[in-house]
Amino acid sequence: MTVETDPAVATDGAAAPDAPRLVLDARDLNVYYGEFMAVRNVHVAVPRNEIVAMIGPSGCGKSTVLRCFNRMNELIDGCRVTGEVRYHGVDLYDRQVDAVEVRRRIGMVFQKPNPFPKSIYDNIVFGPRIAGVAKSEFDGIVESSLRKAALWDEVKDRLKSSALGLSGGQQQRLCIARAVATNPDVLLMDEPCSALDPIATGKIEDLMHEIKAEYTIVIVTHNMQQAARVSDRTAFFTVEVNSDSDRRTGVLVEYDDTEKIFSNPSDSRTENYVTGRFG
Amino acid sequence: MALTDHRPLQPPLDVSDLAGNRRRRRREGRIRRFFLAAALSSLVISALIVGSLAIEAGRFLLSVDPAALWTTGWFPREGFFDIKTLLVATLIVTSVAMVVAGPIGFATAVYLSEYAGARTRRILKPVLETLAGVPSVVLGFFALTWISPHIVQGIRPAAPLSNLASAGLGVAVLTIPLVASVSEDAMSSVPRALREASAGLGARRMTTSLRVVFPAAVSGLVAAAILATSRAIGETMVVLIAGGADQAQFTASPFQPSLTMTAAMASLAGGSDAVVGQGNAYQSLFFVGMLLFLITLGLNIVANRIVRRVRQKY
Repeated sequence: MTVETDPAVATDGAAAPDAPRLVLDARDLNVYYGEFMAVRNVHVAVPRNEIVAMIGPSGCGKSTVLRCFNRMNELIDGCRVTGEVRYHGVDLYDRQVDAVEVRRRIGMVFQKPNPFPKSIYDNIVFGPRIAGVAKSEFDGIVESSLRKAALWDEVKDRLKSSALGLSGGQQQRLCIARAVATNPDVLLMDEPCSALDPIATGKIEDLMHEIKAEYTIVIVTHNMQQAARVSDRTAFFTVEVNSDSDRRTGVLVEYDDTEKIFSNPSDSRTENYVTGRFG
Repeated sequence: MALTDHRPLQPPLDVSDLAGNRRRRRREGRIRRFFLAAALSSLVISALIVGSLAIEAGRFLLSVDPAALWTTGWFPREGFFDIKTLLVATLIVTSVAMVVAGPIGFATAVYLSEYAGARTRRILKPVLETLAGVPSVVLGFFALTWISPHIVQGIRPAAPLSNLASAGLGVAVLTIPLVASVSEDAMSSVPRALREASAGLGARRMTTSLRVVFPAAVSGLVAAAILATSRAIGETMVVLIAGGADQAQFTASPFQPSLTMTAAMASLAGGSDAVVGQGNAYQSLFFVGMLLFLITLGLNIVANRIVRRVRQKY
């Protein structure tokens, strides 16, 4: 399979310098769980072929924001989103937009590796199969996806054996391969390394650097070194506790180039967090 | 020694210092034996049932004229023990019941587990459980007085009021809640992470249900189907009332009355005159009971095989 970006959205930066570089653009984003406001007033813009990291203490809503980018929040009872998330200019929350269509273009990798209890092969072709890709292309898709996820050499002789027989790090790379197999435009990664050891984590970070040329990546991480190592831009979120109701709401504190966030942040809360004085 | 006072022990320790309370340890042993006995009781009861069935069934087979097992109709007091009458009637009732209850039950489970919101589920599940609690006598009369004239005779106007199809539909009503609730439990216990993985790859709910949840829950779904089939085979009251138990002639048509195995046993045992002493009639009860037991056992074995083969562990 050759990976081609959708012609409708692909505009080579050099060929079309004035084309909009923003892939995702969240504006005035608020997320509610029932009556409770989980995240307030988030603005995050994600440029093409960059890696954006979202960091912050537990409960700050960074995963919630990530899940707004492919409308995964809808699977949660009582979750409501206001504001807008523009994807190449189209509001994902427009009534005409089908969440399924969105998720085929914006893939996701989860915190815990979640391979299906099927073979390695069937895991990879799950997305292509439901999207109606011809069976004759499956072998090629499996190989190229596994190669991109740096897993091919380790599993090429046992593609038909269960994915659950792989180690945690291999499973997570399989999940990345599975997400890549649908040929998405954006990859959302929700703490993809939090269940992995440092070696597996290193492999996944290398992987992110390699596939960055083809994808736009948004990653949520608890690990500040990881954010500093892999990302181009970093969004720092924190929790505001309402003193009356004791409700905790996530807010975006600062969003800037990763280098600036870690060396010279504008907000003291960011500085306290990245230097380890808080959270 | 006070309960919390663990300090005064002086080094070198004797074994008895750590022996604890003997009486408590003995009591723990007695408790263990009590629970073991409880667990064994069902085993013993099963053995007793099989034993009593086998002895009388054996007597029946030894004394009965083999030709009487394959004649026409089931009239035990007159010495006609046509077993195929009972087997076919049972097969018809069970098939009708499962063809109806299977799809409706599974579909209900899919809806409850994959589509319904928390509020809908809170309302629907108790309703389902209420349906499961309707006594089978009541359902028997419902099958005879409503299902038969409105549904079965609607399809086949010539059908008599008592017929196997009505009995099958009545049994289906009984088994739908069973299929639905067992398979809903199986599907709900499939980890949320798998559903999210599927949705994240652009799967619709139906695709997720069929390709991810169903395969992962298959052992529970097969269990639901088998449980329901066993229940349908063993259901007595509905078939006795609605199936036309007084017509013990052989029929292969669901629109005719006939006698299932359970109805045959119940009508023999429930007759106003004693069964004992009329040739082999009494023993035939045990023979039919033995057959029922073997069929159910066979079903369970087959189901276990299927489950082991197709199961996807998560």
